[in-house]
Amino acid sequence: MHISFTKDELEFQEESRRFLEEKFPEDIQRKQDSGAVLSKEDYVRWQKILFEQGWAAINWPTEYGGTGWSPIQKYIFANEMARANAPDMIPFGVKMVAPIIYTFGSEEQKARFLPDILESNVWWCQGYSEPGAGSDLASLKMRADRDGDSYVLNGTKTWTTLGHMADWIFCLVRTSSDVARRQEGISFILVDMATPGVTVRPIITIEGEREVNEIHFEDVRVPVGNLVGEEGKGWTYGKLLLQHERTNIAGVAHSQVKLARIRKKAAESIRGGQPLLQDRNFARKAAVVEIELKALEYTELRTLAAVAVGNAPGPESSILKIRGSEIQQQLDDLAMEVAGYYALPYVPDQYVLDFPEAERVGHGGDTNTSLRYFNNRKASIYGGSNEIQKNIIAKHVLGL
Amino acid sequence: MDFSLTEEQTMLADSVSRFISNDYDFELRMKIAESEDNFSAELWKTYAELGWTAVPFSEEDGGLGGGPVEMMLMMEQFGRGLVVEPYLANIILAGGVLRRAGSEEQKAKWLAEIIEGNLQASLAFSEPQARFDIADIATTATADGDDFILSGQKSFVLNGGSADLIIIPARSSGAQSDTDGITLFAIPADSAGISRKCYKTVDAHAAAEIALSDVWVPATSIIGDVGAGHAILQAVIDDATFAVCAEAIGIMRAMHEKTVEYSKSRVQFGVPISSFQALQHRMVDSLMACEQSQSLMLWAVLLGSEGSPEARKAISALKYQIGTAGKRVGQEAVQIHGGMGVTWELDIAHYFKRLSAIDILFGNADFHLDRFVDFASP
Repeated sequence: MHISFTKDELEFQEESRRFLEEKFPEDIQRKQDSGAVLSKEDYVRWQKILFEQGWAAINWPTEYGGTGWSPIQKYIFANEMARANAPDMIPFGVKMVAPIIYTFGSEEQKARFLPDILESNVWWCQGYSEPGAGSDLASLKMRADRDGDSYVLNGTKTWTTLGHMADWIFCLVRTSSDVARRQEGISFILVDMATPGVTVRPIITIEGEREVNEIHFEDVRVPVGNLVGEEGKGWTYGKLLLQHERTNIAGVAHSQVKLARIRKKAAESIRGGQPLLQDRNFARKAAVVEIELKALEYTELRTLAAVAVGNAPGPESSILKIRGSEIQQQLDDLAMEVAGYYALPYVPDQYVLDFPEAERVGHGGDTNTSLRYFNNRKASIYGGSNEIQKNIIAKHVLGL
Repeated sequence: MDFSLTEEQTMLADSVSRFISNDYDFELRMKIAESEDNFSAELWKTYAELGWTAVPFSEEDGGLGGGPVEMMLMMEQFGRGLVVEPYLANIILAGGVLRRAGSEEQKAKWLAEIIEGNLQASLAFSEPQARFDIADIATTATADGDDFILSGQKSFVLNGGSADLIIIPARSSGAQSDTDGITLFAIPADSAGISRKCYKTVDAHAAAEIALSDVWVPATSIIGDVGAGHAILQAVIDDATFAVCAEAIGIMRAMHEKTVEYSKSRVQFGVPISSFQALQHRMVDSLMACEQSQSLMLWAVLLGSEGSPEARKAISALKYQIGTAGKRVGQEAVQIHGGMGVTWELDIAHYFKRLSAIDILFGNADFHLDRFVDFASP
């Protein structure tokens, strides 16, 4: 057992750091640091830089343009990205739909879709949840009825993150109701958002932003060639993917950076004549989060180590999602506490690039802390709520 | 970064695990715990023959040169088996002082005998007024030429009743809580002026209150330098803290697994209680508490193995975690076992008591959270 990185790993760390210093665009960095919302153009520009470097598809096999990195390299890179405050790849294309396409899709589908995902030419979004199918996803009702060489889609998808920026959507749809288990009638289908009958409507979330959408499908005709894998197997594909993705969901590196920022800010804020960080009560709360976060870091490393010797991350990776989201939310809470009264002014307009400092309300990102806090209550709800994660662990790990 | 064990480490873990499964069942453990000595002298000899008592000592001292990884592996199993033999007191506490600071003669005279299993030893690390502060020492060591005269009160001396040799930290100079001025003395338990009040503890171990009244000790019993005992004591207590955390994780895992099994077999309302979501989620919470604790232990063990200056901070993080998560896992296990969980008959109750004792040992969760905060702030 040893904790240190090998020489090769250290060199890789150095290479990652150098790349981020040289190539991460300065204006996007300033936006990130000041809490400004990134535009689609910002994301695409940055993701294309990652592509140029050959680092866009960290999890893909090399034959499709993936990096072929070891789990430790992925861990190192995630840490360096977080340290640089660089935005992660938008996950819907590269992390979510692509693995399903290269694992279950046809050669034609691979050739058609993967290169554009890799190069960030096409923006994807996810069509899983429906107004009546949240935690109970298998109760989804959106229909795909076969008609000649097409499927005809009717129904509604919701909570579609950044769907208003997307070109394509991957959907779980019902292709048959005449099945023993309702999961068996679900298929995985790819839809061009420009197809007639697709309507995107905004959902404004608690902090006042448009992040998610409701998408309506009315007699949307999709060629049968857009079905991935076999009809009726969509549920299995989606579930398998979820397990692989859950190792990345903990957000340990981001939380570590966030904690460091909170501590720095708390060292500069005064309460009762002394820095807030010296306040025993606050310091203890921050310490508890730090300890839990350290534990989670090692839980993730243990999972990575298991993957490195060829074991698939099992359902225990649900733990990462649960604890990861809980810790993120504790940090949001702490950040808001540090901001004090300045958590309250609702001034979202000042989170744009180069907002004049003289006109700013509060210091730095103070007024943004509450918005992040409110917004990120979603973390324990999305991707299968934490209660659903516990059901998964109870069933598949504990055998209850 | 590598979490794998060496072949020797795997063999050690297997050897202890086999012993616990085959030769140390709960019934035997309870019989030993209820015996007068509170441990089995016969089994203690077996531990020595198996080499377990030699694990943390260097090869020059007659040991096996094990480090934090070996200690973790053994203590986890001891936790699982609820082992009552005084490994902590002899090997980690008293042995830890001797291996760090004992002279060659002292090691030959005492440490070798401890490793052989022939000598029972203790470290009197606490006093009635000191709570968890190991520097708070009111016991005085007054110089008498090159020799010293000790007077004072030591509390909760683990294995103190059975010990042939007791290591007494005493104040040779300075104020009551100064870290400077603490001297360590190794004293035969039958020295004139020592009186012991022996008792069992709630977790089936044994300890003693020890009063020292003008106990004369020769200069040859001083371990390390006069006045420089604190650093040694601190290092040994850190080791011991880590060791009981590993033991606690063995206990937590055992309690969690037994609870899951029990819930599958216990039928109420016509169904196994494991089918109730209210219980399922609590068992998942316990699993997560076990995993998170194991992860922190891994952090601590890796830093410890590298001799990192952060290792002490990691031990405090771990002890905090064990205190809080252990309480949760223990209480849930008792709760889910229902009335059976609070009977003497079931092992769950005895695991719970040991886990509760470990939270207090060497500073509880609160104490270590504070220590962690002090390490964290520059």
